[in-house]
Amino acid sequence: MIELVNVNKSFADKQVLFDINAKFEPGIPNLIIGASGGGKSVLLKCMVGLFKPESGSINYDGRDFVHLPYEQVREVRREIGMLFQGTALFDSLTVEENVDFPLKMFGKMTPEERKDRINFCLSRVGLENANKKYPAEISGGMKKRVGIARAIALETRYLFCDEPNSGLDPITSRRIDELLHDITNEFKITTVINSHDMKTVYDIGESITFIYQGKIWWQGHRNELDATRAHNPELNAFIAASQF
Amino acid sequence: MNKLFFELGRYILFVRSMFFKPERFKVFFERTIHEMNNIGVGSIGIVTIISVFVGAVTTLQTAYQLVSPLIPMKVIGTIVSDSSLLEFAPTITCLVLAGKVGANIASEVGNMRVTEQIDALEVMGINSSGFLGLPKIIAGVIMIPCLIIVANFLMISGGILAARLTDLMSPNEFIQGARETFKMFTVTVSMTKSLVFAFIITSMSTYEGYFTEGGALEVGEAGTRAVTRSCVLILFADFIIAKLML
Repeated sequence: MIELVNVNKSFADKQVLFDINAKFEPGIPNLIIGASGGGKSVLLKCMVGLFKPESGSINYDGRDFVHLPYEQVREVRREIGMLFQGTALFDSLTVEENVDFPLKMFGKMTPEERKDRINFCLSRVGLENANKKYPAEISGGMKKRVGIARAIALETRYLFCDEPNSGLDPITSRRIDELLHDITNEFKITTVINSHDMKTVYDIGESITFIYQGKIWWQGHRNELDATRAHNPELNAFIAASQF
Repeated sequence: MNKLFFELGRYILFVRSMFFKPERFKVFFERTIHEMNNIGVGSIGIVTIISVFVGAVTTLQTAYQLVSPLIPMKVIGTIVSDSSLLEFAPTITCLVLAGKVGANIASEVGNMRVTEQIDALEVMGINSSGFLGLPKIIAGVIMIPCLIIVANFLMISGGILAARLTDLMSPNEFIQGARETFKMFTVTVSMTKSLVFAFIITSMSTYEGYFTEGGALEVGEAGTRAVTRSCVLILFADFIIAKLML
């Protein structure tokens, strides 16, 4: 479980996050939704340690990530997988080498065991025949799947996805959503997904956090969304704008 | 002035952050060998062309200026070999390498920054500055002095070739002039310069790439900045080394 307590973040004199308190449970897709510029990506980057919040704590199963010594922060980071918006695959490595990268850096497997693990991860995301291809040779949807395979290669405990559907067609988007949902359930990972795609919310979102102007505006289950939106103009405007 | 101190402080902190124990020595070793190939083997062609021509032109221009019949022609060999060892081979070669290697490193690292590949390394718990920068610095510090040794040899060879082709003097006369006043210390100065310049080129270019912000345009600007700043620092270091060692 990941727990955020009073997280604040600002850049120069502009505050971006205001007293964020939230809990993200394992085994279910936790979605953070909100308009662009609302603070979703900053929050996600604070959670994975790319930004340091000014105050508050981010607890990974009781370990305060913000105040841990650097060596222990790196230990926690090795339990984290992240799917970036632009996939962030290493251009100079093949698909297979991208998935192998965390295994080679931190795993204690033999080359044969690594090979098996790579093939397992790639087949789990539905990419059996792309091992030797370079990121530039595969489609956007395939890149996302390689990104997911790399993120789960080290038997990740926490998975973060920043806009996993951006730039994908509706069918591929749906496949990525299903894949994230299944992997979260199967490996009991604490998955946090940043999205502004309401279809994703209704398809796989179980715990929803709506961020508006750097504040948590609403939290709840997706089944409660429709009942709540009538009393929450900002949330209603966001959902209505999605034409869903 | 504030920006200068900010950049200087950030550069020093960045260089310090690179010197960490590698996560996996095998991966680090592979990356270093890969960079040695890129920096060293990949630059042999341009270093060969530049060195031969600089040596040849220096010989012809020295001969043009030595008009007195009292000065023996073999002095040209002395002047060309000493100036090649002391100045032309390390400085001109490294200025060219700042353009070739420096721009390449800055655009590679800058592209990794804007496509979030560096963020991906950080999220995995990898010291990204050390992982990307240290193999480049080690490879540069090993391979650039090797290139300078080749450049020294080729500049003198270029001088001999030019003297022979223009019937200025015989190769023996040139070599005699070069050997008469040869001091091993000039090689020490040449190697000291090449080590310092190698560090400047690789660290400054990695630094510029690492702190790129924006997109493709900024990656190009980082490449340009890496080259210009490396060149200025090389010339500055050249002066300091000359003052301290000679």
